[in-house]
Amino acid sequence: MNRESETVVHEVDPSLLHELVAYLRENRTDLRAEWVQRITQAQLLTVMTPDEIFSEVTAVYDNYVDALETGSVESLQAYARDLSERIIPRGVETHEVLGIVLLLRDVLARALFVKYQDDAGLLDRILDAYEPAANRIAVTVGVSFVEERERVIREQQEAIRELSTPVLQVRERLLILPIIGVLDSPRARQLTEQLLGAIQANRAKVVVIDITGVAAIDRTVANHLVQTVEASRLMGADAIITGLSSKIAQTLVDLGVDLSMMRTVGDLQGGLEEAERLISYKPTQTSEPSSAAAN
Amino acid sequence: MSVAILKQGDYLIASIQSDLTDAQVLALRDDLSDRIGRTRARGIIVDVAALDVIDSFVARSLGSIAIMARLRGAETVIVGIQPDVAIAMVQFDLNLAPLRTALDLDEALTILGQRAQGDGEDGG
Repeated sequence: MNRESETVVHEVDPSLLHELVAYLRENRTDLRAEWVQRITQAQLLTVMTPDEIFSEVTAVYDNYVDALETGSVESLQAYARDLSERIIPRGVETHEVLGIVLLLRDVLARALFVKYQDDAGLLDRILDAYEPAANRIAVTVGVSFVEERERVIREQQEAIRELSTPVLQVRERLLILPIIGVLDSPRARQLTEQLLGAIQANRAKVVVIDITGVAAIDRTVANHLVQTVEASRLMGADAIITGLSSKIAQTLVDLGVDLSMMRTVGDLQGGLEEAERLISYKPTQTSEPSSAAAN
Repeated sequence: MSVAILKQGDYLIASIQSDLTDAQVLALRDDLSDRIGRTRARGIIVDVAALDVIDSFVARSLGSIAIMARLRGAETVIVGIQPDVAIAMVQFDLNLAPLRTALDLDEALTILGQRAQGDGEDGG
């Protein structure tokens, strides 16, 4: 007996849902206006003009009520994704999107409360029908927005990775490898391969790797860099790293990366001077006649 | 014997032309050690340009050849390590510091020449 009555409490009556959807449709204009007002009060969507807010709000409201009625969030999901695509470039934040959806939920819940407040039992059942659906919608919109954001981020990462990293020959036997942007493991690997190929093709003796344009570095990448230097040495070229920012230098020290193999110079200019010195090392040594005495 | 060792002035040149078995690597090491003593060579050049793969045993053996040769008074330079091989070698986590390397034979001869003249003053 007891168990039966418990299950009955949570069962949602479809006719109730229809009733509340019909009510929300009827009062569309008023509720929508109230929602817009609440959005403005909460200072959300400040980057959009009132007209834009109004037209988006209309579309979201209709989609929201549709989703309540059908219980299917697919079209709302598609709309949310489309909306996110439009508003993300304008700098709309996640908390704003979640904020407006939750505001709409509250506005509608309050409207239902006002309408059914005389009949506590009916109000209870109406809210039972409304709340799960409304929560699911809020989650859907939030997740769609975050997914869209992540997609944009992934695309941008790919774009950065595809930016070619040129290996430049400055003069005979001296190469420069300027690295700009995010240095992650795949890019570090690709870069090493390019550099070693260039060392072989240009018969380079010294390579200057300039990382002025690299904002941050982690342990994996730091080790990659050390390996790149070591691999260059195996190919017969000395590598000089220039342009370590103080932040990166600190990171490297904190990580305890073994820097004994790295030859580093503060800036590119210093690196080139050092490189010239390494390359011209040979002529300064050859002048004296070898006596081949000891040994 | 699979690796010919040529004598050129004060230097010995070993050019590895094909993948070596572990036994052949050890034979090369012993052979070089022996030849350093007999020829009083002051430099050894090991050319690995023909190798597409250098496994960790060969890499370690090259290191031990370099250390051994230094003990007997000769400097070792490895030449012609291919890009892919270099990437693989640094991932073995071996201490490759004793290995001196050069791009090709020309470069190795220059390095050894510098060493002969600038003796006593180690740039290391």
